[in-house]
Amino acid sequence: MHPVYVWELPVRFFHWINALSIVALAVTGFIIGDPPAIQSATEASFSYWFGTVRIIHFIAAYVFFFNFVFRIYWGFVGNRFANWKNFIPYTKRSWIDMWEIIRVDILQIKSADNPNLGHNALASFTYFITFLAFLLQVLTGFGIYATTSSAWLPALFAWVPAMLGGDMVTRDIHHLMMWVFALFAMVHVYLVFYHDYIDWNGTTSSIIGGWKFQEEGKEEREKELDK
Amino acid sequence: MSKNQKTYYDLAIEKGYSRRDFMKFSAMMAALLGLESSSIGQVAKALETKTRIPVIWLHGQECTCCSESFIRSSHPLVADILLDKISLDYTETLMAAAGHQAEKSLQDTIRDYKGKYILAVEGSIPLNNNGVYCCIGGKTFEQIVEEAAKDAYAVLAWGNCASAGCVQAAKPNPTGAVPIHKMISGKPLINVQGCPPIAEVMAGVLVHILTFGQIPELDRLKRPKAFYSRRVHDTCYRRPNFDAGLFVQSFDDENAKRGFCLYKMGCKGPVTYNACGVMEWNNGTSFPIKSGHPCIGCSEEGFWDNGPFYTHLTNFPGFGIESTADKVGLGLGIATGVGIAAHAISTNIRKRSLINKVNGKPELEKNES
Ligand code: HEM
Ligand code: SF4
Repeated sequence: MHPVYVWELPVRFFHWINALSIVALAVTGFIIGDPPAIQSATEASFSYWFGTVRIIHFIAAYVFFFNFVFRIYWGFVGNRFANWKNFIPYTKRSWIDMWEIIRVDILQIKSADNPNLGHNALASFTYFITFLAFLLQVLTGFGIYATTSSAWLPALFAWVPAMLGGDMVTRDIHHLMMWVFALFAMVHVYLVFYHDYIDWNGTTSSIIGGWKFQEEGKEEREKELDK
Repeated sequence: MSKNQKTYYDLAIEKGYSRRDFMKFSAMMAALLGLESSSIGQVAKALETKTRIPVIWLHGQECTCCSESFIRSSHPLVADILLDKISLDYTETLMAAAGHQAEKSLQDTIRDYKGKYILAVEGSIPLNNNGVYCCIGGKTFEQIVEEAAKDAYAVLAWGNCASAGCVQAAKPNPTGAVPIHKMISGKPLINVQGCPPIAEVMAGVLVHILTFGQIPELDRLKRPKAFYSRRVHDTCYRRPNFDAGLFVQSFDDENAKRGFCLYKMGCKGPVTYNACGVMEWNNGTSFPIKSGHPCIGCSEEGFWDNGPFYTHLTNFPGFGIESTADKVGLGLGIATGVGIAAHAISTNIRKRSLINKVNGKPELEKNES
């Protein structure tokens, strides 16, 4: 076994900032969508808690957005594992790999071992879909935010609700997407543990320290396959 | 002098209004349009010097609530001069003429005021089965609108029906109802949204065209910005309760009595662009939220399909009544959890032999598995 530096520091930072902001966004978003009802005789002027929840959502939204933009940039300048090309299945090989992984890891009807070191083909494709989900969430989020803000950035998204047919649907899509994120998180965390367990390559700790472990000679084999 | 050569001022005086009434009306219109006070003169001058704009007001698939709203506008001059007298040259529900005489008056206006008249359409247009679902005087509404729009100066889509299809276009839309903008292109078109639109907004749009000789600035959905640039939520007097998280939970609870925010009662104020909170209705008497009812979003496309009115979340299509995104999401979450558990168990069973093997001899032999 020899260690390979897979996730560079910026990628690790992206990952954790992303994870934290999504948790914050999903929690505050859920509260915004269905606030707890409090029976109260107080006057509105004494409290602002719902406004605070919303402001946290908006701040987290900005963090999430710029972090996302940064990751796209890093997809062009980062190492080969971070490269954008990993995420778009434009070769036949990646589709074949994907099918292989479905049979081996998901359906468990075939056993083999997994030659990928970075993301495997199926995971990459899933992340690609996730990126599209990020994009949709940013578009719908900033779209409904546009009229409530005088800043230039949200104003750039004012066309989104107009295209979708109004704020009503835009907001519904935005709410629905929250569940996509929640389901993704469940499966994602499980699969990390699964691969750590099955492939023994230190997947879980790799996103903290950056290193994965590879058997000797595997890299050559991978290169061979790439040809 | 024919009716159409007279100015609005002439008509007002003829009707027995004083100059003072007229000036008040001009000031009110200027204020509604959001003009600065120096523009009152401009509005008054336009009404005084310009001859009335001929208006053809067509009724398609609709309930006439737009007309009802318009004739109840707060200033009598609105209904009296702009309407009777924006001189509706043709409007099925209010004109004196009937039958062939009425149809002739429509043709006359189109011919005599080519490119000058305003076409106001109330109602949606059914297109299914060649438009047979709405026929007037032997023609389908589709044909009528097409003919009338061809030579119009501008097209006003009154209300949600003409702007977005309203209830007729709600699923499953049996008559194939469409709003005007889906049918007509190449003409200036204004969606005066709402079910119905506020009377003063309707009047304001007309006065704007008259005063400035051009259509008002529109938003992306072609609604006049002066009236539709802010959400009901942004001008709602209950808004402090929203920010404070003080919500009504049922129409008869203590919070409702205290006048808390109606968000949890399904208020669509946060997604609805309209001026209700500022102008209010019936002479500024009230508006839905003020009388304790959540906004149903009547100035937005598809508000019937984005129901129910009394819950915040829309029903999720395809999963039956009462299935919101949250219920569907939770269901999928549970399914995913079960899937993960099953997968974990299966993994462990399959890998037991490997684990045993590896435990026996620590060197890696995974490749052979
Ligand atoms: C992972 C990312 C995100 C998740 C899970 C999320 C989730 C949610 C949810 C569930 C709601 C409540 C919708 C409702 O039922 O009314 C909401 C509201 C909202 N979100 Fe997000 N959101 C995310 C990202 C964003 C982003 C990037 C923005 C951009 C500014 C944004 C802006 C908003 C706005 C403006 C609202 C409406 C708040 C209000 O007017 O009260 N969100 N979000
Ligand atoms: S009642 Fe409706 S429009 Fe008014 S603050 Fe509450 S949610 Fe907004």
